[in-house]
Amino acid sequence: MIRFTVNGAQVAVAAPPGERLSEVLRERLGLRGTKVGCDAGDCGACTVLVEQRAVCACLMPAGQVAGRDVQTVEAQTDTLTNLRAAFLRHGAAQCGICTPGMLMAAVDLLNRVAKPDEAEVKTALSGVLCRCTGYRKIIAAVCDAHSNPELIPATGPQVGQRLPRIDGAAKVVGDNFGADFAPSGVVMVKAVRSPHAHAAFHFGDLAAFAARPGVVGVFIAADIPGRNTFGVIPAYADQPAIAAGKARFAGECVALVAFEPGREDLTGFPVIWQVLPAITSPAEAEADGAALVHPHRPRNLLIEGRVQRGDAAAAMASSAHVVQGTIRTSFVEHAYIEPEAGAAWMEGDVLHIRACTQAPMLDRDDTAAILALPPARLRIIPSAVGGGFGSKLDVSLQPLLGLVVLKTGRAARMVYTRQESMQSTTKRHPAEISGRIGCDAQGRITGMEFDARFNTGAYASWGPTVANRVPVHASGPYFTPAIHATARAIHTHGPVSGAFRGFGVPQAAVWQETLYDQLAEKAGLDRLQFRLLNALRDGQLSATGQVMQAVGMRECLQALQATWARALAEAVSRGHLKRGVGIASCWYGCGNTSLPNPSTIRIGITRSGDLVLHQGATDIGQGSNTVITQIAADALGVPATAFRLIGPNTGLTPDAGKTSASRQTFVTGRAAMAAAGALRRSILRLANAADTALIGLQSHKLIISEGTLRREIDLETLPQDHRGYAISAEESYDPPTTPLNAQGQGSPYAVYGYGAQMVEAEVDVALGTVRLIRITAAHDLGRVINPTLAEGQIEGGIAQGIGMALMEEYLPGRTDNLHDYLIPTTGDVPPIDSLLIEVPDPDGPMGAKGLGEHVLIPTAPAILNAIRHATGASITRLPALPHRILAALKGPE
Amino acid sequence: MSSYARPSTLADALSLLAARGSVPLAGGTDLYPGAGAVLAGDLVDLGGVDKLRGISGGGQRIGAATTWSEIAEANLPPAMRALQQAAVQVGGRQIQNMGTIGGNLCNASPAADGVPPLLVLGAGVELSGLAGTRRLPLAEFLLGVRQTVLRPGEIVVAIWLPEASLRGISAFSKLGARAHLVISIAMVAVRLVVENGRITEAAVAVGACSAVARRLTGVEHALIGAPAKDAAARVHIADVAAALTPIDDIRASAAYRVEAATELVRRSVAEVARRAVAGVAA
Repeated sequence: MIRFTVNGAQVAVAAPPGERLSEVLRERLGLRGTKVGCDAGDCGACTVLVEQRAVCACLMPAGQVAGRDVQTVEAQTDTLTNLRAAFLRHGAAQCGICTPGMLMAAVDLLNRVAKPDEAEVKTALSGVLCRCTGYRKIIAAVCDAHSNPELIPATGPQVGQRLPRIDGAAKVVGDNFGADFAPSGVVMVKAVRSPHAHAAFHFGDLAAFAARPGVVGVFIAADIPGRNTFGVIPAYADQPAIAAGKARFAGECVALVAFEPGREDLTGFPVIWQVLPAITSPAEAEADGAALVHPHRPRNLLIEGRVQRGDAAAAMASSAHVVQGTIRTSFVEHAYIEPEAGAAWMEGDVLHIRACTQAPMLDRDDTAAILALPPARLRIIPSAVGGGFGSKLDVSLQPLLGLVVLKTGRAARMVYTRQESMQSTTKRHPAEISGRIGCDAQGRITGMEFDARFNTGAYASWGPTVANRVPVHASGPYFTPAIHATARAIHTHGPVSGAFRGFGVPQAAVWQETLYDQLAEKAGLDRLQFRLLNALRDGQLSATGQVMQAVGMRECLQALQATWARALAEAVSRGHLKRGVGIASCWYGCGNTSLPNPSTIRIGITRSGDLVLHQGATDIGQGSNTVITQIAADALGVPATAFRLIGPNTGLTPDAGKTSASRQTFVTGRAAMAAAGALRRSILRLANAADTALIGLQSHKLIISEGTLRREIDLETLPQDHRGYAISAEESYDPPTTPLNAQGQGSPYAVYGYGAQMVEAEVDVALGTVRLIRITAAHDLGRVINPTLAEGQIEGGIAQGIGMALMEEYLPGRTDNLHDYLIPTTGDVPPIDSLLIEVPDPDGPMGAKGLGEHVLIPTAPAILNAIRHATGASITRLPALPHRILAALKGPE
Repeated sequence: MSSYARPSTLADALSLLAARGSVPLAGGTDLYPGAGAVLAGDLVDLGGVDKLRGISGGGQRIGAATTWSEIAEANLPPAMRALQQAAVQVGGRQIQNMGTIGGNLCNASPAADGVPPLLVLGAGVELSGLAGTRRLPLAEFLLGVRQTVLRPGEIVVAIWLPEASLRGISAFSKLGARAHLVISIAMVAVRLVVENGRITEAAVAVGACSAVARRLTGVEHALIGAPAKDAAARVHIADVAAALTPIDDIRASAAYRVEAATELVRRSVAEVARRAVAGVAA
């Protein structure tokens, strides 16, 4: 027995002394507030204090804590209480997976320094990675933890207020993520994965392996009862849950083994590989005579998207100035700190799967088909999601867990290792983009030719979405009379490229915005003025021929003008340190491209006066739980705190669609506004009151007041409706769009959001390194629902843009961990000023537009434009690692 | 089955380590990555052996199981500043609280943060096994990528710094593609002794640009006798390149590494020389 103190209490555990302390805390003591993100000391999510010093619990043997004092995020101390309050006040927790590690690292600091400054906080927290926040609000919260301001409840309209996130309290004590729930009697599921990018395989004696002590069962593709194919876009679904006979990328699952807990060991699993030649690049894949990744897709072409308007070639020929260029980008890993994890079990004849996801209904439908279950016999319960950014839209372990439960009759649990998560889930598409842009003598854009080739990897996933979305957005938010834009998604034996914040648009923006800088220069215009001159305006046609409305592009650029002038004046170089300023814009259509994507919201009041919001939009940290509630509150006329939320659960909440395409605030927000409005009208009708009456809830009574008049409705006297409520409403909203024709003409989105970002940077021309000094971001949100959450999205998106620009490059088999795959740390994100612009969209809820993906799009090109402004060097390959920058400084690549 | 022991004397530790299958465990930071929930092998936890802990003799002896935090927080002479600067750049604070200097040497990564600062201090290592104790220079201890001269059952007990090399001022810098938690593209340690405005002693080492970090003897020779104020101009890329065998990898190209190492050496030399002339120790 190992005896030690945890949070002041004596404990004794019968753990092997070499067991990780993280395992002891989580699995033996049930203290699952401590998170595990990498099991390698790279992410710091498991930070705890041992004898008041921060350590990674994943690297500490249980034997070393014998007789010592351990403090975890479950501790109740004044320091932690203050930190938790500060984290909530500042919006420092988004998804919440890094929060326990951040809190404990901060406690280590505050124990030494009562009022630390920003530099001390950045250093103290540098061992904990966060993928959501961009760190700025975390740093501010720790600096401010000593203050203890009185919190004043938000009265009046809820929209526009800095409400702390509704699910925040859970996040600052260690929320319940996919790995944090273990039904009793579980088997542990492990996947056998292909070490090869392309290989045929067969099995040896599976029965002998299954008979090993500790092994409960072995399952292969032949055990799948239904259709062994999934995919987010049904027409292109092509990915097996368990590969049958052939693996098409390194990390693909080829078999499952269910173990008794603690007995997991895949050593000697009898799989025999026959390595086959792998296609690693689109160039190889498109070459004459190339082998086919999928026999039914000639030339390895998954799909080509196209937008054609006017005669782009003629426009080029008659342009005063033309620029051309090519850029290349890399696979980018989502690198959320929570590796995929979940559990599954039976309740009666209904299979329950609780896992991290962005799309519970898609999961249900794909998993039900794989398992040959009617959807009614499968319930998806999203856990708290420790970051998604697009990758948790595709199913990962859901069908695997379900299969094991059906086959073994036992509950099952599965937790991906960091390496598994990185190897087997989707990536941002690597892009090769080339083309030309022209303008007239005054600097007005005349036309664009754009050709993009995306490495879509082994399976379709969101490749069709990228190929369709990119040409639509290729022009950027600028009026472009003639355009010819194509995007091809090409299969290789690489990792599956899928959805990642922006669906290919960030890659396109790198090409387009760096070329616009060159075009502005040729036209003799200031780079911001060039963008202002060309910015889309209301009533102009987009590249798809859509009449634009509520375009806030000019407003965003104008908001940056003063900062732009100041920054240009300050951009003075000293010796080998060259200062530069860069700018880039973005636009982004919210919701599916020309496809239906309805959301439904239900709100009811029980006979006992419980006001319930069935909020099915999965909150992956972006804040939909809070934003949707704020919208519903104002539409109903009650404070946000009046609602009790029933979160996403395919059995309890109507479908609010997937959390992707920056659609939840807009689409689900509209559904919430409609449902709350309908409920309000029903209540007022019952009370025979006017539209302007006030609604209040007191116990089981609705109080409706108009001036001095006051009416009461006793809810207990009302009959229960078919939804189980005394009074309820359910409404749906689907954005009005039109299909794109063969030339890519149509109205693909009802609402677009806009933005522009400015980067001030310093390039060390002797080392090729870049120091970011400040980023100023102006984003048109239509209507700001919650400024704190909006800033959090901007700061987090910028951090991911910084990573994409300067350090992130996923190389299969070489960077499948968080020390070789680099994401920004506390020291890599400069101060960020967010300017929230409101140009209301008539189709948005209270005017609101989406924001989540927009914020990442301008960052990388703005950084590259700052580098070019500082040094004259054009970077055409991302990430701009120091050796690539130094090479670019010496001349064209 | 695996076992675990936490001996309190060196003798007990060495006799445990003599057994086949035993695994010495110090900070654990290099053992756990890639392992399962439980470390395999018969673990011999060295953290309880007093003789392996702490810094004594004004820095002349560093116990092998001394953590990076203990090194960073110790009151040490300016010659050891490079080691202290490296100590706060080994991972984040969590790693610095756990990882040990001896473990860093035994792990023998080409990018081990501890090696260049110790090379410029002329460090030696004291090794012990049941067969006895031996001392050898650090440069002879490290043989290659993940390779040392350690024999089965033998451990590093301490790092010794000759009194003569605790003179002067040193500096450490490392370069990576992000601010923290960096496996270096290149790293540099420089120690200079400046007397009457001239460099009388120079020690320069570069890590992550060869299988094992190297002293740059050509650069050192060029610096000796140079006026401190223009010492950096004596650092020539050819002298840097002569000592290194960099590779192309995911972090940088070989050619870049030589250029960057040269630039870092120049800057460190200039900075240390400036401090030495100004009499600024830290």
